[in-house]
Amino acid sequence: MEKITSREEVSTKILQALLNQETDITIEDALENEMILNMGPQHPATHGVLRLLLRLDGETVMACVPELGYLHRGYEKMAENMSYYEFIPHTDRLDYLSPMANNVAWVMAVEKLAGIEAPPRAQYIRMMVSELARIASHLLAIGALTMDVGALTVFLWTLREREKILDIWDILCGARFTNSYTRIGGVANDVQPEALAKIKWFIEQFEENIDECERLINTNRIFVERLDSVGVISAEDAIQIGFTGPNLRGSGVEFDLRRATPYMFYNEMDFKIPVYKEGDCLARYFVRCDETRESIKIIRQILDKMPQGEVIANNPKRVLPKKTEIYSKMEELIHDFMIVNFGINPPVGEVYSAVENPKGELGFYLVSKGEGSPWKCKIRSPSMVNLQALPMLVKGHMISDVVAIIGSLDPVMGEADK
Amino acid sequence: MDLKELVTYKLKEKFPEVEFDITDYKEQLAVTFDKKNIVNVASFLKDDPDLQFKLCEDVTAIDWARRKNRFAVVYHIFSLKLNSRIRLKSDVDESDLSVDSVAFVWKTADWHERETYDMYGIIFNNHPDFRRMYMPEEFEYYPLRKDFPLMGIPGSLPLPKKDE
Repeated sequence: MEKITSREEVSTKILQALLNQETDITIEDALENEMILNMGPQHPATHGVLRLLLRLDGETVMACVPELGYLHRGYEKMAENMSYYEFIPHTDRLDYLSPMANNVAWVMAVEKLAGIEAPPRAQYIRMMVSELARIASHLLAIGALTMDVGALTVFLWTLREREKILDIWDILCGARFTNSYTRIGGVANDVQPEALAKIKWFIEQFEENIDECERLINTNRIFVERLDSVGVISAEDAIQIGFTGPNLRGSGVEFDLRRATPYMFYNEMDFKIPVYKEGDCLARYFVRCDETRESIKIIRQILDKMPQGEVIANNPKRVLPKKTEIYSKMEELIHDFMIVNFGINPPVGEVYSAVENPKGELGFYLVSKGEGSPWKCKIRSPSMVNLQALPMLVKGHMISDVVAIIGSLDPVMGEADK
Repeated sequence: MDLKELVTYKLKEKFPEVEFDITDYKEQLAVTFDKKNIVNVASFLKDDPDLQFKLCEDVTAIDWARRKNRFAVVYHIFSLKLNSRIRLKSDVDESDLSVDSVAFVWKTADWHERETYDMYGIIFNNHPDFRRMYMPEEFEYYPLRKDFPLMGIPGSLPLPKKDE
């Protein structure tokens, strides 16, 4: 963090947003009580490349202007210039803490647009990996939040748990981090017996470990007082500002897309939606802890109910055939050639498909003109919308609370900046 | 009464003089109307006790490139009461790129509209804090327009000046 000492360092429009009409502070005067502090884009507590400009009165935050775009890679533009298949690896790089969930969200949007239905087993596998992704993401969120307020041990413990999930993904699809596991019409490969055994083992021992983490910090006075009644947002305001996911449920709104607009087989699953009324950082932390347990419950049911069968739809014009068939059959070779070169050409139309991601509602708005690549692709990223509440939440708090509030919102800049 | 009938009935009742084109594709309702009514329609949909579209999920635009009305602004709104989503669409012509801002109806539209301006150059009137979202303030182009090349425009993003 550094103090801004001259007007040239900040663009005039940002400065205007930071200072309202009644304030008249001279940046150049070192003895002035109010000052403008630049936090980020390179700052460990901003979870990426988020830049904040804070106007401080002593240690109290008077105004805050977030600056986004340091990780803007133009994925929407790129999506317009590549086929639907080619974009799957790029979704890994959106919310890079839960790539599996993004893969699922993307292929679901494309399938809705193209009218493909994945076989039941593939959908069960997708549900399973998205719940694992949710656990992995929440574990990192919990760990990073506690580390931001000074409890380093929990970070190591939750990362140890997360490592086990990454190992499962390693067996499942060969990659620990950027998975690209789903395919349009199904998933890349069936789940291996070793992966299933490892998932079973993981869910058996997980609850004990998350209890252990919670026992360590929930009764810790320093931890609780750093978060209790900090960054409070009411239910009404939370909906106004567009919160979704755990942040909204931390404000007492029972809204979960898995329940509200059931997709895949979530309507057959028995799970609770954790809701806390307080709307402060502590409530958002509790929601995440409880959600990991609910995800474990869902995975248990998935493992019980998972049917046998194909994991990729039989739709030769739209779904890539298996590699072994491409090498041995003429028909499949032609289809493969056509799909790879010209894309899957969904009918003219537009769909908005949203799923409940660990961070909130991840939506893809796709417009097709009947060509191989989408005419328009809009990514509705939860992190960006959640960050919008930051100026509101930090106002009137101490500068050290800013770090806790960012941690409790759990933004991922890869997704916020697209 | 299903969602389409309900929304059609409500809108026709409240705005008899406005032309609404209500279509249903893949079970997703889209309401198209003239852009000058956007604020009225948006606040009605949000405040009506039977509809309550309180959550604005997304605001964006489409560049149709060769059509008569080159752009369209698109809003996705969700009703926590009905558990359903509708899409509002309005055409915007290149000769008049201004649309009234709905940031006072849904606060979340603030950043979405800034992003739409940043990417498509659509001007939102009465916006509380109208700046670019991702690109630098000095940037002159609108990257998601179809006439902006994929590789970018060389020299359009100057490197920071080096102190001598």
